[in-house]
Parts: sequence; structure tokens; C-alpha cells
Amino acid sequence: QDNRISIWSAGDLGNAGLSGEYHGEPNLLCDIQHNGDVMDMQFLDQERIVVASSTGAVTIFRHHQNNQTLSANHRWEKAHYHVDQDTSCGGAACTGVVCNNPEIVTVGEDGRINLFRADQKDAVRTIDNADSSTLHAVTFLRTTEILTVNSIGQLKIWDLRQQRNEPSQIFSLAGDRVPLHCVDRHPNQQHIVATGGQDGMLSIWDIRQGTMPVSLLNAHEAEMWEVHFHPSDPDHLFTCSEDGSLWHWDTSTNVSEKPSFLHQGGRSTAYLSHSTINQSVVSAWLSSDPTKDRMEITNLIPNQTLSVNSLDVLGPCLVYGTDAEAIYVNRQLFA
Amino acid sequence: TDTVPPQVVPGADPSARQLCFAWGPAEVLVCETLFGRAGGCRSRCLSRSPCPSRFWGEGRAGAAARALTGSVAGTGDEAPSSSRVFVLRKDQDIYIQTLRKLFNESHGIFMGLQRSEEELAGKSRKAQLVQVSKNYRSVIRACMEDMHQAAVSTRDPALQGQYSTQVSILSAMELIWNLCEILFVEAATAGPLLLRLLDWVRLHVCDVDSMVREVLSSESPSKHKLFWNVVDVFVLQGRMDEARHLLSKEASANPTSMNMYKILDDLMKKMPVPSLGNTQTLTELELKWQHWHEECQRYLQDGTFASSPHMESICKILLGDEDAILEKKELMTTWYHFLVTRLLYSHPTVKPMELRFYAQSSMDLFLGGESSPEPLDMILMAAFEFEMHQVIKECSIVLSNWWFVAHLTDLLDHCKLLQSHNLYFGSNMREFLLLEYASGLFSHHSLWQLGVDYFDHCPEYGRMYLELHIERIPLSTEQKALKVLRICEQRQMHEQVRSICKIMAMKALRNNRLGSALSWSIRAKDAAFATLISDRFLKDYCERGCFSDLDLIDNLGPSMLLSDRLTFLGKYREFHRLYGEKRFPEAARLLLTLMTAHIAPCSFWMTLLTDALPLLEQKEVIFSAEQTYELMRCLEDLTAGNPDKQKFQDDDIETTKVEMLRLALARNLARVIVKEGTVEGS
Repeated sequence: QDNRISIWSAGDLGNAGLSGEYHGEPNLLCDIQHNGDVMDMQFLDQERIVVASSTGAVTIFRHHQNNQTLSANHRWEKAHYHVDQDTSCGGAACTGVVCNNPEIVTVGEDGRINLFRADQKDAVRTIDNADSSTLHAVTFLRTTEILTVNSIGQLKIWDLRQQRNEPSQIFSLAGDRVPLHCVDRHPNQQHIVATGGQDGMLSIWDIRQGTMPVSLLNAHEAEMWEVHFHPSDPDHLFTCSEDGSLWHWDTSTNVSEKPSFLHQGGRSTAYLSHSTINQSVVSAWLSSDPTKDRMEITNLIPNQTLSVNSLDVLGPCLVYGTDAEAIYVNRQLFA
Repeated sequence: TDTVPPQVVPGADPSARQLCFAWGPAEVLVCETLFGRAGGCRSRCLSRSPCPSRFWGEGRAGAAARALTGSVAGTGDEAPSSSRVFVLRKDQDIYIQTLRKLFNESHGIFMGLQRSEEELAGKSRKAQLVQVSKNYRSVIRACMEDMHQAAVSTRDPALQGQYSTQVSILSAMELIWNLCEILFVEAATAGPLLLRLLDWVRLHVCDVDSMVREVLSSESPSKHKLFWNVVDVFVLQGRMDEARHLLSKEASANPTSMNMYKILDDLMKKMPVPSLGNTQTLTELELKWQHWHEECQRYLQDGTFASSPHMESICKILLGDEDAILEKKELMTTWYHFLVTRLLYSHPTVKPMELRFYAQSSMDLFLGGESSPEPLDMILMAAFEFEMHQVIKECSIVLSNWWFVAHLTDLLDHCKLLQSHNLYFGSNMREFLLLEYASGLFSHHSLWQLGVDYFDHCPEYGRMYLELHIERIPLSTEQKALKVLRICEQRQMHEQVRSICKIMAMKALRNNRLGSALSWSIRAKDAAFATLISDRFLKDYCERGCFSDLDLIDNLGPSMLLSDRLTFLGKYREFHRLYGEKRFPEAARLLLTLMTAHIAPCSFWMTLLTDALPLLEQKEVIFSAEQTYELMRCLEDLTAGNPDKQKFQDDDIETTKVEMLRLALARNLARVIVKEGTVEGS
């Protein structure tokens, strides 16, 4: 098996604006061999990428921009493994990784949570057997708290400051304990959390209250692999699924009028103006009947065939990858 | 037990030759190999060259022979040892990195074709099919580009050779496909047929391109030594405008030939060619052409071009003089170029069905007995003869991989061009080729996903093949297992769902991931496994005195109902919780229900009764009289029901427990009778 980590350039992202046209195919800049399937990855900072492997290893790669190469910077070989090596059946994949420089949190099929620091050789903290089932994804709730989802339909909050190895809170789906595969937190309003399940259902949770989701939205026909709030415009949510579709969920109040600042690259400049707009739609995600409040849902893939495994969104750009071994770049998301 | 002596397939001699076998849908194919018994021979490791096996008439036997051309693993030159299993790769090409784009993209086109509108009739359907064909070809070309890039940039000469071979194979495939598109898919009629064939030749005969470029980019092309060659190339390919342009340069450089040039230029300008639109009928074209032909003839016979041998030869070519055209063999390089040039200058209104005659004679004339036709030539000839089956058969033999024939046949089938060609097992050709291709995909660790869709579109055997193959995909991560499961669920393959979930659940159980194991059992609705997991929990509890994985047991939810044992586990944990919260009456009620409603397995009753002890010993009376009677009955059922009373009585701890229980129950009964008998307030 030949798995690789690759860096591609999809054209000049600096000044999109009017000339933000599709500049042809993405170019491969550099790549490097990776041992095992890539289960998850995230940028740690401008140059470093943390990658979770199906072998249970977690690796930091460094992208050298001057000569366009990648090198493995550091590896935690056995971040995830099954305890009893003699009777264990196969390795445990690392299923999720999330970064908040310099901290890295990983979760895996062994139900373990690791807290690493980029500059330290050993794990800062490990919670063994944090979960009796597989942890599918992790994300930061606050700088010291994380959210995990598992394969028996539970959303758990862990407080990393505390020494006890118990979650501080457990939420679960009502009814069948459908496994949850992905989780993301609203960028501005930290009590709003979205999760995606094996049945393709999107659940929105308010973690200030109750232990069950606020709304359940029937979306995909198969596993929802990833869910992402748009980082600078969180009225927009994106989900991708095994059924080959990628949905764009739009709860912005005035659907026809797209804010112009979205066409500028980067997110810092637009941040302040966002908060005033968000105030009026603060409850858009939490409303009991999202369909009544003009939520527009669009499938962004015209001819779907195989699974869309992963997506990411930043500014006006959307990137996603499919099982047909193709990467798609959409640079005019809100045009 | 009796041992059945191993039986050998009659006729096969494993002592002399190694046997190989291949699984089919309902049978196993066993055949002898070329390898002797003395282990595998490293020297026998055949490379990727295609194996021209006598395939067609032998059905699947040939498929196994083809399998042998793959690399043989586990080779060794040691002395004969005990029998070994050799891993044979069925389809080598699947593993070529640069071909992956071909497989993935063509899968998308294939799916689009299967889903496309069947209701469209006539012209629009044909246009749609032609577009599909063009899409396939552009994918082949894109792959050729990548392969060429790879050949250019690699430093390993072996790899370079491999890539170059692949480029020429892909180029040949595109050549054949293009011709099939013109003749079969588009079914070009007389008139447009010639134009299409001209395009085809221009696109594919590129050996002269570098020469053309060289001459055109030189300072004074007319002085270049290859100038006339290039003019000839243009004329042979019917590129009149380009030829005239070059000739004008010559004319301006050489004023003495101005007169000749003007006449030739005029003739070339006036040459009637078929048009794509409906601007003229064939008859009109033929008349015009005849008239023009005669004019050329006159000029030639008048000796107009006598002083310039080059121009004279061009005029002869315009007249369709075979010898004149044949003189330019090196510039045409192939017999099919010769064919098209002939047709252009002698029968521009050729009908599709007439092609076969011209093709055969062209090949004979061109090769002239010096060389014999190569496989590619035979394939093209079969196409010109409109023998579609022959084309597919020859391609199957020559190519090392089923991609080409599978997709082409599928397209031709959609054009409704293939009658059902029954092979011995009754399935039609299209399905057979798709099955073979998809089976090859399944041996790949990642491309198998494409194979699923191909099996879906094989109505007769597809499902069976899928069922056999899908269970053999290695499930290295949970995510992969989930993908396989989803595929099975979508096709109602319940057996496979159960089997895969069991495998994953068992793995999880062995790794002590009880929550994961339960999650897999829920997915498969496997009550038996859920019972197994619950027993494991209960066993852990009995051994350790406390529950592990409380986050799981406390949050079972409706999945608790999957199995009785699981329900018991959930309820039992609830009992402990109630006890911990000091809600004794409720706890007591629950405990009793567990036994009386037979939720608890009999083996656990002793534990439950022992759990009842502290409740019985409480200061306050918890169990009512009726409940106490029930408990007593349970205890008696338990001890009476034990057949091996002797052993039971010998076990001190057990007897002590039973006695303590009896005592506690009796005492409780006494207290409760008193309590219940006491009248309130008196």
C-alpha cells in the first residue's frame, strides 16, 4: 500500500475578488510516504501538520516552503494500541486529531485520549479506557475542555485540567444509540455543537442545557463523515457523507443578500462585522423548527457516485475528497 | 473419527506438476501449471507481457491461464518441500499507479452511462452515446499524458521502459476505440465517414509531426530538404489549406514554376469534399468530384507538371494513383493511413459496408508480402469489416487487462449493437467482460469500491460475485468495515452484514472493547452476540465485584432490548444504582422482578439472592410478606432444582449462604407479618 501525505497548490488565494476564477487543476507541490491509512489530519501551524494513522501512530510533518518538501518531524508511534499485546487482535487506529498549538489531542479505536505537546517526546496526559467503545472524533470546546463522540451515540465533555479520568458531562441521543462519527463546535457561540451520525443524521446540541440534542435533521442516507461550521460565517454548515453527497446548510436570515466581505481572502478582517450579524441569528441553529426559519440546504455535488470522505472550508473556498480518488476545489462558494 | 483419504481430481497428477485453482461462482477451476514440483522457480516469474492464450473457445480455463502470467510470490529454489500456497495476482495492471486515474474516471463515465436517459431516442440518444465515447477517449488521452510525463521524469530505465510500453498500449487503445466510435457508435454514413476517418488518421499518425514542425519553424521552409516531404504529408492527409500555404512559399521563392503552382493550387482549392451538414447530396458530390477528377486528369496528360516531379507526383496523388501514393509509404507509416488516402482520392463517397474491401486490399498492397500483419492490424481490420465480436475477441487476447474490452463492449451494448452472444455458462458477453474486470478490481486494496458498482450492473451473476468478493476484503480499520457494511446493507445482503459485524464484534471483544463489540451487535441486530457480551460483563462483575465500563451500561437505552441478557444487565445495574441512592423499596421490587419475570438467568439467581441479604438485614422492613414468600420460593426453586444435591451440600460456602438466606428470609417474614398485622394508630 502506498499512502502519501501531499501538499497541493490550488492557485493564488491572496487576492480572490473578481479574478477569483478557477485556475485549472490543483498542482502537486510535494508529498511524502505515510505508514497506514490517513484517518485524520490538521494543521498545527503554518508549517506543521499533525496526521493520525490507522496504525495508531500520530506524526507531525513539516512543510518546508522554501524548497517545497515535506519531512516527518516527530512521531508518537504507539499513541493508540490495544492493551494486551498477546491477545490483541490487530492494531488500534487513531481516528481523530485536533490541534491548539502547541497542544494536540488524539482519540482512537482503543478508547484512549492522548494529550500531546508538539515539543515534548512523551504524552503530557493519557486517559486510558476513557471510553469502552471507539472514539470517532474530537474537537476543542474551550482551551482546556474537549468534546468527543463515540460509537454508542454519546457526546462527552472532558475537562483536561482535572485529574480524574471521567468525563465532566455525558450527552446521548434519545432512542437508538446510533454511532456518532463527527463533531464540530460553533466558532463564536461555544454552547452550540453539531454532530453527525452513522445514519446520516445531523444533530445540533446546546450543551448548556439538557442531555439530548436540540434538533435532529435527517440529511444523508449513509454515514456522515464530517461536519464543519464555516469558520468566519457560522450561519453556514457543511456535511459530507458515505452516500456521496456534500450538503451546504444555510441559515443566514437573508439568503439572497450575501455579505461582500466574504470575497476577501482570510478571516481576520471580517471578524468584527460578523458578530453584529450573528447576534440577530443567534438562535438560528437552536430553533426548534429550522425548516420554518428559512434554512436552505443544497447538495453541492451534481453527479454523486462514491463517498465524500472529508471536507474543509475557509473563506470562499471549499475542498473535499472522494473515494473516487479525486480532490475537488470550489473557490467561489458563495458566488 | 474417520479420516477421509484426500482425493485428487481425476487426471491431475500433483506429484509431477503443481496445480492451481480459481474460485468461480459455483465451481472451482483446477488446472495444472507449468511449474514442476520442486518449489517455485524464480526464473519462471513471468513479467507483465500479455499472454496470448487461446482464450475464447476455452471459456474460463483461459482466465486461469491468464492468472498465471502474474507474478508468483513465495518463490524459492530449495529442494522439494511440503506443499506451498502460491499467491497469484489476477490482474497486474491494477497496481500500476498511473493507471488509477483511468480506472477511477472511467468508473464515473460508466456510472453516468448506466444511469443515462434511455427514453431519449434517435439522434439525441446517439449524440449522448458519442459524447460518452469521447469522454472515455479523453480519459485515455489524459492517462497517456500522465504516463508520458512519468516516463520522461523517471531516472530508472526499467521503469521508463515500462511507462513507455504503457504509453504505446494506451495509444493503441485510443486508436482502436476512436475507430469503433466512428464506425459503430456514431455509425457515420457515406460522406461524413470519410471526414471522420481523415480526422482519425490525422490524430493518430504522429510519426511525422516532428518533421513537420522542423520544416515549418525553419527560416525559409521552401529551402528545407524535407520541404516536399511535408507538402506530401499534408496532401496525403487531405490538409489542403496547409499544403497550399506551403506551396505558395515555394512559388514565391521560385517564380519560374508560378504557372504550374497556380494550376495545382487551383485544383487543390477546388477539390470537392464531403460536408458534415446537409448542404449537398451524395449524388451532387459524386458528380462534382467526377468533373474535378477529369480536370486533373487533363492537366496531367497535358504534361503541365512535367518539369516538376514533385508537383507531378502530387497531381498523381490527387488522381488517386495507387502507385504514386504507395511511393510515399514512409510518410504514411501505416496501411490504414494508406487506406484513408486512397479513399479520399478515389472514393470519397465510400459507404461503410464497402470499407472492408478497400481495407483488405490496402493492407495487402501496403505490406506487400514483406511483413505480416500485427495484432493491432488484425483488430483494425476486424473493425473495418464491422465484425464487432472479432474486435472484442482480438482485443481480449492481446491486452493484458480487461478494462478496454469491458467498457467498450458495455458502450456497444448500450448502442444496441450486440446480440446476446452466448458463452457456455449462458451469460452474455457484456456481462462476462464486466464481471472479469470487476473481479480484477477486487484484488486491489482500494479500487474494489469501483468493482461494486460494476457488479451492480451485471443482472445475472453480479450479485453472486459481489457476495463472494465482499467478504474477502480485509477489514483493517473500523472505517473500512463501515464502508463494506454500508454496501451490503444497501443491497440487502443480510448474511454478509451479520458475518462482518460478527467478525468486528469478536475482534473488539478480544481487545476488551466491550462498547465497540456491543455497537457492532446492535448494527447487525445480533441478539446472540449481545448475550455473549452481557455474559462477559456479568462475569467481570462476579470476579471483581464491580462493573466495568459504566458509561456503557448506564446508557444502553433502547438497545437494551436487543437481548434478554442485555436487558438483565441493564436492569441489574439499575438495581445497584437504586441501592446506591438508598432507594431501597424500589431496589427490592426490581430485584424481585428480575427473578420472577425470569429476566435473570438461573445461574445468576444465587448472586441476586445474596444481593437481597443486605436488604433483608436492614433495620427497616423492606420486603413485604408477599415479596418474602416469593423470595423463599425462588430460593427453594434454586436449591431443589439442583440435581447434584450431594455436591451442593458439600460446598461449605454455598450451604452457609443458603442457610443465611433462609434465616434472613424467615426473620424478615416474621417482622413483616408483625408489621402488616399491626393496625395503624392502635
